[in-house]
Amino acid sequence: MGYKKKKSTRFLMITVSTLFVGLMLFLPLVMVIINSLKKGFEFYLQAVSTKTVISALKVTLLATVITVIVNTVFGIFASILLTRFSFKGKQLLQTLIDIPFSVSPVIAGLAFIMMFGRMGWAAPFVDAVNNAFGWDIKIVFAVPGVVLATIFVTFPFVSREVIPVLNAAGSDEEDAAALMGAGMFTIFRRITFPHMKWALLYGMVLCTARALGEFGAVNALSKTRGETFTLPLEIDALYLSGSADSITAAFAVSSILVLFTVVLLVIRCVLENRSKKAQEEQKRR
Amino acid sequence: MYLEMRNINKSFGSFRASEDVNFSVEKGELAALLGPSGSGKTTILRMIAGLERADSGDILIDGKRVNDIPASMRGIGFVFQNYALFRYMTVYDNIAFGLTVKKAPADAVKNRVHELLRLTELEGLEKRFPNELSGGQRQRVAFARALAPEPGLLLLDEPFAALDAKVRKDLRQWLRDMIHRVGITSIFVTHDQDEAVEVADSIIVTNKGRVEQVGRAYKIYKEPETAFVSQFIGEPVIVEDFGKLNGYEKGDFDRAIIRPEFVEAFKSDNAHFKDIITYSQKGVIKDIVFKGSALELRLNVNGVEVVTHRSLERRPVEVGEEMNVIIYRLFAVKDNTTELMQNSYLLKDDPTGEKLEKYLYSDGGYFAG
Repeated sequence: MGYKKKKSTRFLMITVSTLFVGLMLFLPLVMVIINSLKKGFEFYLQAVSTKTVISALKVTLLATVITVIVNTVFGIFASILLTRFSFKGKQLLQTLIDIPFSVSPVIAGLAFIMMFGRMGWAAPFVDAVNNAFGWDIKIVFAVPGVVLATIFVTFPFVSREVIPVLNAAGSDEEDAAALMGAGMFTIFRRITFPHMKWALLYGMVLCTARALGEFGAVNALSKTRGETFTLPLEIDALYLSGSADSITAAFAVSSILVLFTVVLLVIRCVLENRSKKAQEEQKRR
Repeated sequence: MYLEMRNINKSFGSFRASEDVNFSVEKGELAALLGPSGSGKTTILRMIAGLERADSGDILIDGKRVNDIPASMRGIGFVFQNYALFRYMTVYDNIAFGLTVKKAPADAVKNRVHELLRLTELEGLEKRFPNELSGGQRQRVAFARALAPEPGLLLLDEPFAALDAKVRKDLRQWLRDMIHRVGITSIFVTHDQDEAVEVADSIIVTNKGRVEQVGRAYKIYKEPETAFVSQFIGEPVIVEDFGKLNGYEKGDFDRAIIRPEFVEAFKSDNAHFKDIITYSQKGVIKDIVFKGSALELRLNVNGVEVVTHRSLERRPVEVGEEMNVIIYRLFAVKDNTTELMQNSYLLKDDPTGEKLEKYLYSDGGYFAG
């Protein structure tokens, strides 16, 4: 109750927050939409359907889908491991998983170049695999590199959301089910999964949002416009080319990402409510 | 013997959770594992269930050694302390779970679940989720769920701990009746001696990983065999200098345990006690606590503090009043042994208990009518 005493304090705080959010967050997004339509709707449609934009959209969606799948599976494993098992180095593993939060994405991208690039220590393995199967998979400056970089950057999102929920739920129900003869898969499907469901979805949405917008790490690993560029890179390229038309086109392409963001924001809002409710229910018990 | 524990040992690192644990439970019996927290009672229960492994010794269920049989194959029903009901399943699915994971046919599952819903008076609640139930209903669901696969042995870990005081009292009786009706051999863990005495047929008292005493509830209450049991059961008051009390010599003993019911405090003009008033000594009331059904008096007797209960029907007393006090008996303790000691004055003058009989139970006696 401490802060609620004075009406004027409340008014001041609401005004400041609203103004700040409006000026710093909402207005810029609106400007993107306005700018994207500056040269008419026809121009807009043209700008978002060029070859390079379509290619970038495809790469972005591909990278995002693979990233979300990989990180969801990994996130589930990691959360169960970190909440249901005790082992040496658990604390260390927990810290390692959070690395992407504290490392600049550009550094992550460079690290992959160091690893898989021509001089990288993992390059011989990639060559060996390629030779053995007759493939010609390139990682650096190719789509696989983009995917890897995106996975790296969005690595902790799912487990971050799921771990607290599993901790709160405790393992009693799983023990009870095991005692009655349920196998691991049954326990996961009927008990653990329903507990983590909303948090998991929420983590996936966060992961998706971040994967769609990733720039730094991908920028280090992707150099071919029209082939390995993602939407953010394409926007950057359009904007930097400098003509009035291409700048408007950059805004048009940006508006696609803004649209994604709005949709994800709505889903996120709904999910956050659901997972909060589920957690409160658990606390009440 | 349905369950037998033979020389069970268990350590967690350097902590010895069980030391040479030996006891057995007869078929159909309801036994309580009673001890303070950290006494190893829950570890014993978890070893029987197969949730922990014994380091050495044998666990026999129905004559068969089960140490190496996994928990789910031991034929055990387990009620967890907080019930561990499946939050995202209905009451029906909770009870059916143990049967469906064992791939029982659907109509057999249905029949069994409805039978248990009837037994536990949960009919009509089968579509509810656990968070829509009261504490008592949850306990009944946990009980029904544990019984559904028809286990041979039912284990309950602090089954009343999660309930509030009023519900707890009701459910004690309910659980006792239900277990006897089903006829299943059961063991429950508790740290509450009232609960153990009231619910269990027999009690296993544990302390520091050891079994202190095994026996009928009445016997454990009246005849504690170790110093620990005499101090844990009842309402013990520990008295160091009990040689200062009339009728007792301290000798080699370390101290004494005097329960309130061992102490008589009466006014000097009380006719019932006139025969034995010479054996009494003066005690001053230091404090009076109203306990609802009785008063609790704290008295200073020759520098020793003793406690007794006083019926509300007797004449009122006040703090500072001088009473005549007689200690009928006490438990004298040396190391971990205990011995029942009778008041030697009473014993000498009244070896057959005739006078005691007279002043307490005769027509004009204290408990007459």
